[in-house]
Amino acid sequence: MNRSEASARSILTGVLERQQTAIAERWVQVQMERGEVGGGLAEDELREEADALVAALSSGLAGDLPVERVVAQHRQLHDAVTDLSMRRARAGTSPTATSLAVLSLKEALLACVAEESLDTRGSLAVARVVNRLVDAAGALSFETYVEGREEIIRRQNRQLMELSTPVVQLWREILAVPLIGNLDTARSQVVMENLLEAIQEHEAAVAIIDITGVPTVDTSVAQHLMQTVKAVRLMGADCVISGIRPGIAQTIVQLGIDLSGIQTRATLADALETAMGLTGQRAPYAPEHP
Amino acid sequence: MTHPGEEAHHGGESADAGWALETSEAARSYPVRTEADLLTVRHAVRDATEELGFSLVDQTRVVTAASELVRNAYVHGGGGTLFIDPLRQARGVGIRLVVTDEGPGIEDARQAIVDGFTTGSGLGHGLGGARRLMHTFEVHSVPGKGTMVTAVRWTDR
Ligand SMILES: Nc1ncnc2c1ncn2[C@@H]1O[C@H](COP(=O)(O)OP(=O)(O)OP(=O)(O)O)[C@@H](O)[C@H]1O
Ligand SMILES: [Mg+2]
Repeated sequence: MNRSEASARSILTGVLERQQTAIAERWVQVQMERGEVGGGLAEDELREEADALVAALSSGLAGDLPVERVVAQHRQLHDAVTDLSMRRARAGTSPTATSLAVLSLKEALLACVAEESLDTRGSLAVARVVNRLVDAAGALSFETYVEGREEIIRRQNRQLMELSTPVVQLWREILAVPLIGNLDTARSQVVMENLLEAIQEHEAAVAIIDITGVPTVDTSVAQHLMQTVKAVRLMGADCVISGIRPGIAQTIVQLGIDLSGIQTRATLADALETAMGLTGQRAPYAPEHP
Repeated sequence: MTHPGEEAHHGGESADAGWALETSEAARSYPVRTEADLLTVRHAVRDATEELGFSLVDQTRVVTAASELVRNAYVHGGGGTLFIDPLRQARGVGIRLVVTDEGPGIEDARQAIVDGFTTGSGLGHGLGGARRLMHTFEVHSVPGKGTMVTAVRWTDR
């Protein structure tokens, strides 16, 4: 670190210490004017955010981490930046608006520095330090924002998967999972977990997996089904697969997949009848047969 | 040496991958890079077979075969491309699927087609199954260069 940078840093540290409140206030003002907020963040929330970040910046700069590493390595500052970005990602603020909001801290800082009477050389050196700091904060913010969005997408995906794989109790001791759509590895994992939990919870003896709504049964889907059946059996329950349409039956045969160890039925009604038999229960009415 | 409806070619016949892509001008290509692409291409094959007038059961056969081949390209070949080639010829209407990848290739294609053979954690029924679901089936593979599988099914046989 050269001398002009060292003195610029100490000037900036001084400004931050003396004008913390003013800087935070100004930063909020700039953000409000630019309309960069969006996503339902109120002024007092912005203010809280700004106070925390400016305080962290002040303490980070007062410490002895080099300028280029302060944002990444000063715990409090790092967290203030990631909190701000995560909050905006969750609030649905756009990535541009989030970056601009962080970058507008430059403006607030420089405006307050301008009130110190510095010579051109001095202000230039301070501006350089401000730039490096805020650019690093901008980069960290963007990275966090993207991670935040991805986390949201993952969570929503999982919620969607769980919604689309309901386990329903059809009868005493009999559960069914009507599968609809594509049964990939992730989804079959969710199905398996939900089913096993439900078996335990309902003390079920038979689980029916209905694949009427699964458009393609290839070797990978078949393998997922077989693994699910195996897991159900390990829990001491029986498993019946229903909803095997003629086209699917023929393709399964042509794929050379042996489902002979698994009970399969054409319709859910047939499967229920089988399940009643397996649990020694009798339907209150005779199931209709065409 | 060749099974009916299947030929296994080995060795580099030409400078690059060792084969030429034979698709008509009507062929469309689809990338197979992600798990989500597998779903997209299944839909594309379903639509193409429906438009060509395949019966429901045959649509399912072709879609399932395509699913096996693109999954292989994705899992074993590190990603690739599917070409869907609608065939409208004097001899009839059909569909040609060509799946290519630039992965590690298959050491011994004849062995790979045998049911139960797998180098992964699958059932090892993908290639053999796809072959039975289609009318013609060819595997061209050059170890270290990649794999191309071509399969055709006609509507009226
Ligand atoms: N595109 C490819 N690139 C490299 N190797 C391949 C490719 N396609 C198939 N193979 C090899 O051939 C073997 C058999 O393929 P096949 O599709 O029959 O079974 P699998 O993919 O292992 O299991 P699954 O039954 O789930 O399809 C694979 O395990 C792999 O070693
Ligand atoms: Mg396979």
